[in-house]
Amino acid sequence: MNSPFMALLRRDLLLAFRNPGDLATPVIFFIVTVTLFSFAAGGDLEMLSTIGPGVVWSAALLSAMLSLDGIFRDDYEDGTLEQMLLAPSALTVLVFAKLLAHWLSTGLPLIAVSPVLGILMNLDSDVILILVVTIALSTPVFSLVGAFGAALVVTQRKAGILLSLLTLPLCIPVLIFSVLAVAATASQQPVGGHLSLLCAFLVFSLTVAPFAVAGSLRLMAGD
Amino acid sequence: MLEAQNITGSRSEQLLFRDLNFQALPREIIYVRGPNGAGKTTLLRMLCGLVRPDSGTIFWDGVPIADCESEYHRALAYIGHDNGIKGDMTALENLQFFHRIYCAHSRPSPTQALERLDTSNLAHIPCRYLSAGQKRRVAMARLLILNARLWLLDEPFSGLDESARHIVSDLVAEHLGSDGLCIATSHQPLDYEQFGAKEINLGMAS
Repeated sequence: MNSPFMALLRRDLLLAFRNPGDLATPVIFFIVTVTLFSFAAGGDLEMLSTIGPGVVWSAALLSAMLSLDGIFRDDYEDGTLEQMLLAPSALTVLVFAKLLAHWLSTGLPLIAVSPVLGILMNLDSDVILILVVTIALSTPVFSLVGAFGAALVVTQRKAGILLSLLTLPLCIPVLIFSVLAVAATASQQPVGGHLSLLCAFLVFSLTVAPFAVAGSLRLMAGD
Repeated sequence: MLEAQNITGSRSEQLLFRDLNFQALPREIIYVRGPNGAGKTTLLRMLCGLVRPDSGTIFWDGVPIADCESEYHRALAYIGHDNGIKGDMTALENLQFFHRIYCAHSRPSPTQALERLDTSNLAHIPCRYLSAGQKRRVAMARLLILNARLWLLDEPFSGLDESARHIVSDLVAEHLGSDGLCIATSHQPLDYEQFGAKEINLGMAS
């Protein structure tokens, strides 16, 4: 339990819970956006269930983007990132701990509220199930891909737009296949293929991202 | 032993120093001197391995530091300009984190390290409520919990009061006494008669 991996994971979760505001921002944004849509649709239940998956999905992606900027920024500014780069343990392991902590504190809440938002958008229970599964498979990809972008812009103070430009295109395929999977369920077609592709995205980013992030952090911190 | 051979450093295309050669031996302290902007911090970060030299090589015990990274990092303690302390965690939590991440089991515990820096009373206060000098003391306590032979200190005394300066210079003396090496940028010279001292003067390159 005292390994560097656990130490960093515990520290990042502790910091997340000591800043409840930062912790709540993405999930509140998620809830508010979807709720606004349901009001804006003017009580047309038919239309709500048609646009529902797309709305929930776009909101989930945008909420995930909100939390990316801070992944490494704070550590960079107070000098702890420097100390992590100098730690004897492998940087990829530390990066992995940070990303796991990021997903636990931002991705997991999004997954948790998505079924409720599905009900709000008048979706059927089997559609909601697939919606939650796709969000669960994709939020780790957002954390991993987003961390790569965040690492590249860690030295830029105001990098919000740049970061979105870097990471959103990489997240679009995930969005497309998730929405396709949900649409297939709604029209009672098999979804296995779409879900397998989402799993493939997850496995790919899981294997590549920690190394890419570690590499870019080394590069950027050396400036 | 740390050895730099012909290292050249620059920052944003501006040359800071060229073909710098020096050796740091155990029981020896090296002062890096020079006016502001002369590249003292860059040199220190280069010696850590955070920045690569434009040319030249840095050797640790005869091996280039890029080839023995994890071993070198184990032997190294760097206190930079930024303290590397999380404002939302208490002083003790900060040190415990470093204790774990550096796997430093045999060294003094974080509590003992805080005691040594005369900061036991701050152990349970979130660091963002501490003054600049108190934060610096907590950062210096990290030197005690890492099992490092080489200390790289960037302006170790900045923000420290008289008593903390004494504590830190005693720490450095103890470190040198146990065959340690130290490289520091500092405007205030430390006087250790029993240990070797060298100076690197930057700011000559043009």
